[in-house]
Amino acid sequence: MTTADMTNHMTSNNTAGAPLLTVEHLTMRFGGLVAVNDVSFEARGREITAVIGPNGAGKTTLFNCITGFYSPTVGRMTLRHPDGKSFLLEQMPGFRISQKAGVARTFQNIRLFGGMSALENLMVAQHNKLMRASGFGVAGLFGLPSYSRVEKESVELAKYWLDRVRLTELADWQASNLPYGAQRRLEIARAMCTEPVLLCLDEPAAGLNPRESADLAEILTYIRDKHETGVLLIEHDMSVVMKISDHVVVLDYGRKISDGDPDFVKNDPAVIRAYLGEEEDEELPPEVAADLGAELHDGKGA
Amino acid sequence: MEYFLQQLINGLSLGAIYGLIAIGYTMVYGIIGMINFAHGEIYMIGAFVAMITYLAVGALGITWVPLALLLMLAASMMFTSVYGWTVERIAYRPLRSSPRLAPLISAIGMSIFLQNYVQLVQGARSKPLQPILPGNLTLLDGAVSVSYVRLATIVITLLLMYGFTMLISRTALGRAQRACEQDKTMAGLLGVNVDRVISLTFVLGAALAAVAGMMVMLIYGVIDFYIGFLAGVKAFTAAVLGGIGSLPGAMLGGVVIGLIEAFWAGYIGSEWKDVATFTILVLVLIFRPTGLLGRPEIEKV
Amino acid sequence: MTTISASTPAARPVDWPAILREAALTAFVALLLTVPLVGLRSVDQPTGLGLDTRFDQVAAVTLLVFLGRLGLGLIREGRALVVLVLSLLAAAAGFFIELPSEELRVLLIAGGAVLAIRAALTLVTNRSTLSQAERDKRMDRVAAKVQHASRWLAPIGILFAVAFPMMPFADRQLIDIGILLLTYIMLGWGLNIVVGLAGLLDLGYVAFYAVGAYSYALLAHYFGFSFWLCLPLAGLLAAFSGVLLGFPVLRLRGDYFAIVTLGFGEIIRIVLINWYDFTGGPNGISGIPRPTFFGIADFSRNGADGLPSFAEMFGLEFSTVHRIIFLYYLILVLALLVSLFTLRVRKLAIGRAWEALREDDIACASLGINRTNMKLAAFAIAAMFGGFAGSFFATRQGFISPESFTFIESAIILAIVVLGGMGSQLGVVVATFLVIGLPEFFRELEQYRMVAFGLGMVLIMLWRPRGLLAHRDPTILLHGRAKGTQTGSTQAAGGTAP
Repeated sequence: MTTADMTNHMTSNNTAGAPLLTVEHLTMRFGGLVAVNDVSFEARGREITAVIGPNGAGKTTLFNCITGFYSPTVGRMTLRHPDGKSFLLEQMPGFRISQKAGVARTFQNIRLFGGMSALENLMVAQHNKLMRASGFGVAGLFGLPSYSRVEKESVELAKYWLDRVRLTELADWQASNLPYGAQRRLEIARAMCTEPVLLCLDEPAAGLNPRESADLAEILTYIRDKHETGVLLIEHDMSVVMKISDHVVVLDYGRKISDGDPDFVKNDPAVIRAYLGEEEDEELPPEVAADLGAELHDGKGA
Repeated sequence: MEYFLQQLINGLSLGAIYGLIAIGYTMVYGIIGMINFAHGEIYMIGAFVAMITYLAVGALGITWVPLALLLMLAASMMFTSVYGWTVERIAYRPLRSSPRLAPLISAIGMSIFLQNYVQLVQGARSKPLQPILPGNLTLLDGAVSVSYVRLATIVITLLLMYGFTMLISRTALGRAQRACEQDKTMAGLLGVNVDRVISLTFVLGAALAAVAGMMVMLIYGVIDFYIGFLAGVKAFTAAVLGGIGSLPGAMLGGVVIGLIEAFWAGYIGSEWKDVATFTILVLVLIFRPTGLLGRPEIEKV
Repeated sequence: MTTISASTPAARPVDWPAILREAALTAFVALLLTVPLVGLRSVDQPTGLGLDTRFDQVAAVTLLVFLGRLGLGLIREGRALVVLVLSLLAAAAGFFIELPSEELRVLLIAGGAVLAIRAALTLVTNRSTLSQAERDKRMDRVAAKVQHASRWLAPIGILFAVAFPMMPFADRQLIDIGILLLTYIMLGWGLNIVVGLAGLLDLGYVAFYAVGAYSYALLAHYFGFSFWLCLPLAGLLAAFSGVLLGFPVLRLRGDYFAIVTLGFGEIIRIVLINWYDFTGGPNGISGIPRPTFFGIADFSRNGADGLPSFAEMFGLEFSTVHRIIFLYYLILVLALLVSLFTLRVRKLAIGRAWEALREDDIACASLGINRTNMKLAAFAIAAMFGGFAGSFFATRQGFISPESFTFIESAIILAIVVLGGMGSQLGVVVATFLVIGLPEFFRELEQYRMVAFGLGMVLIMLWRPRGLLAHRDPTILLHGRAKGTQTGSTQAAGGTAP
């Protein structure tokens, strides 16, 4: 079934980007629980690939495998840079995936450095570049000019992204004091400051209002078109997914059930079944419905 | 062989003591996620209260040993529990929502305070006592002799452990305690008085530590205000070794530490026995941070 | 404690039954606490241990606790002025009236004073109407102000420290205290790198202090190396031991890490005690050479080891104070070195990575930061500074033994860092004066020193859990100072959206 879907996707898709991330037969087990079961798909450069699926479908686990927080039980994940270098992600320790392979991510429950300012968050993201320039601290301690040049560049890059996510005004704010939507945007900016080839976003629109969601969509399309960065996102908000994705992968119970462009997925009976369930599941058992009704009544009475 | 058995008994009784203290650490860690640094001092206070009760009982002219022991047990458990309760109330409760370091520093401060307070009111000199339960049980034609005190330690610990397990697994209080361990906020929403449960956790832990203190006083016949620190660290090691948060684990860890110490002291030399304990602590934390009976935890992302 | 909403304090009648019940309960607990340990004391008698009863003290303590709690209750009910007067009277009574025991007197004076301060604070700031969070925010603002003031406060402080030995009132004893304070300040700043910046709770910092001290003592003892050669060597050895110890444990979670470092600290101390042939065991090492004046002159009367006497060389009249003053400047320079390093490193990638690790470990990994290396670097650098301080300690004392490197030392250094406010350098200085300096001036109350120390730690944590001067300034600003300070105020105001 999976391979059939793979070919299906290959033929139905017609975008120009080269394959960036190839996931093959990825399986992740926690004890007896199979969170991700033999999932294969491809994400292309200059494309937004969305991974959707009901709660507990294994989306975040898949993400954690790709970004090195879990090492998968079985499977291969190949990342091909536009310049031809390729990396086998399952063989790299966590932090190298960002450092060497250029995969950046955000988190479902935002993980900013809360006590530091927005600008500092973006400076931390450029850690590896700055470390090299500072001669691992030594040149930096004595303030050598080679270092201050690189530092200036880093600030420029940070400013650029602050501008892109419209946070320049709030650059010196402590990150934890930023409003929620701004925190989401700052996290994306921080990920982009690592200058990645693949940006992974874990539910970036969660908790955003429609306006903020629209903003987010704009930022993501900008990243795709102007920075030639592949975007992989998990999302529940279908309006965002269907509007901006070039390619959608659907998971359910750890398996891939559909794969293709948004229109294809929207009309796939397997997807509809997974989201809406079988007809009979929709109805509440009569005694539960009665209880609920009674409770509501009580609530009004009191 | 006889020597081995002798060390085994020594190790088991020592382990019982560490286990009793370790339960206090493990319960507190389980429920509020902090290392109760002052717990070792609570144990020390238990030993002091037991000693004072013994002296008082002697002054009152009670000479029947079982009654004297019972009084000592009751008094040290009761008064030490009050100390456990007070420490939580003063030094930890107000800091429950503070940054992680604050309660730890407060606990270290409490530990320093209690140690020096006892030194101030009871004097810095170590307190030697006449043996209360003299005599040995001889086994194997006199080759192995087990003092009654050590036997009593093991038996009382087993009894206490049984009662305690029943308390935690069968009673409403135990249920509330376990519920708070899982999720304090939710337990509170469901009508569990979380503050009271936490207080009771400290009280129970202190009572068990008091028993350990009394046993140590009976076995070694000498105590001073400084015994809490080392015993505390070792009992914490036992709790970690068994898997922090796990009650049988604490007991098991205590016994393992006790045995290692006894055999190390018996066969290698007593100077290095503390190094052995600390080395085990370090090795366990590095290679099996969840301990022997703890559940593995997955890094939540 | 029952929380009572105090909207208009003075207008409401005092709820006597509640306050009295509360006070009675507290007094009852105090009674239970003191009956066995205070009321009955074990005393040495010729026939063995005997018992001494002092129930008068128990009664007095219970009464004092009752009154104290009553006072607190009244303060909360808006009767602070009465309490202030009464508590001052009580303290005065403690001073002038004969009491059955000295302990009681101390308790009365201290209790009265604390209550009076509390009442006075309430009167001045109207604190009773503020919630805990609001009070904390106020203190945050004060901390921020102090932090900003450190721009001019720091140079003044350093100038004073430099000029201090030349001041007319600076006698030998005061300079000695100065050296002691500076040693702890240096240790505090060193530990601050690990605890304050990188957020790693190290309970065994004294181990590196010991490594430094013993490195110098042993190198001098066995090879006759001079202090100036040993100082960097001691630092290196301490850093090396930091890497060695740090490597296996740095991936542990917070509290486990703390307890393992405590274990390492104890292991090192026990090794020092038991490795008799090499370290001299519990007797320690004596006759550790004193430092020379940079290898050119010696501080003894007639010079030694082929070096001329310092006094002669500079045409001064010989005095033993010269060496103490030299030691003072030495530790001052060493301490400032640590401070300067911290100031610089915070603005570098490595320092920012440390702070980021403290804030969110997992996010750091997602940004490609090698967590192990960064933590190891923090650990090793802090260990190195600890080693410098240790070898200074050895040369200053001339004698070291394992007794100087107990857990309590680690606890004191950690207390200095945390009480001062994590990450705040000025906080370390303030806390050192409180923790080390203040007790120095109450030497006659020796036996109460550690009791007060422990209690003080608890009280300061309760009062201000994040430390006295907890405030963090960003290391880089986009909009300059003017807006930067605004950040501080938004922070204090709870960071509402614009």
